[in-house]
Amino acid sequence: MWKWFHQLASPPYFYRISNILAPWLAVPGLVLIAYGAWQGLFVVPMDYQQGDAFRIIYVHVPAAYLSMMAYMIMATSGAIGLIWRIKLSHAVAAAAAPIGAGFTFLALCTGSIWGKPMWGTWWEWGDPRMMSELILLFLYFGYMALRGAIDDTNKADKASAVLALVGIVNVVIVHFSVEWWSSLHQGQTVFKKGTMDADMRIPLLIMVLGFTLLFGAMLLRRIRTEVLYRERRTRWVREMILSPEGGA
Amino acid sequence: MDGLAMGDYGAYVWSCYALTLVIVVFLSWRARLRHKTVYRDIEVRLKALEDRE
Repeated sequence: MWKWFHQLASPPYFYRISNILAPWLAVPGLVLIAYGAWQGLFVVPMDYQQGDAFRIIYVHVPAAYLSMMAYMIMATSGAIGLIWRIKLSHAVAAAAAPIGAGFTFLALCTGSIWGKPMWGTWWEWGDPRMMSELILLFLYFGYMALRGAIDDTNKADKASAVLALVGIVNVVIVHFSVEWWSSLHQGQTVFKKGTMDADMRIPLLIMVLGFTLLFGAMLLRRIRTEVLYRERRTRWVREMILSPEGGA
Repeated sequence: MDGLAMGDYGAYVWSCYALTLVIVVFLSWRARLRHKTVYRDIEVRLKALEDRE
């Protein structure tokens, strides 16, 4: 097992294996999303308070969950890169940022659209959950801007890893904001007993799983590109690209 | 048609699902495009180097 992990950290091995693994995550992910969306839109009964508007939960919750998970992957990989100097971990951190930003944007938009019919407003500046999620989006933008602003990859890796680690505080705030402060946003729903019927919860869990698999496939593709870029001057890249079969 | 109307919330519900589709497709497309661009840039540089040698 350890040998495999060690092997996985090798850029040429990762480049090859990620190309094989990505479709094995993407296809089941898409199937689960299609099934979960069908259930969430047409099969699950409507909520007795929110009516059919509650069906937004099936895209909003996976997006919000991935917005935090991508950040934790980014920060953890950055920390591993700083401490153990594993080259691949900085590539993972860099690859997670744009996907995390995309899902954070999606969580903010779907939350805002859901808020209009339920709360009577698109946005509430004083709400801790909305504001901390918006700060999370700015953290992603800041992280990507910082990486882009530094030409030296090693320096960019270190500086952005520190920024990502500092930003973990905000992820904790996003998660617990609905418990710590009075918020328009509803409290913990998915894993709290008695808050959601199994008929509604199971399609939601299917959607979360489907989106996670799809996220994994996207992440693998982006890490692969990051590895290729970082290793562009190495012999294995040269041999792979100039070989008659190519390696795309 | 009632199923599509989602009570009075059709516009809200469908716009969320449409936006999700757009963002997921965009993220996947960007990932592919970036890989293609990086790969091609390296290929051009390496071929130019090989020709010079």
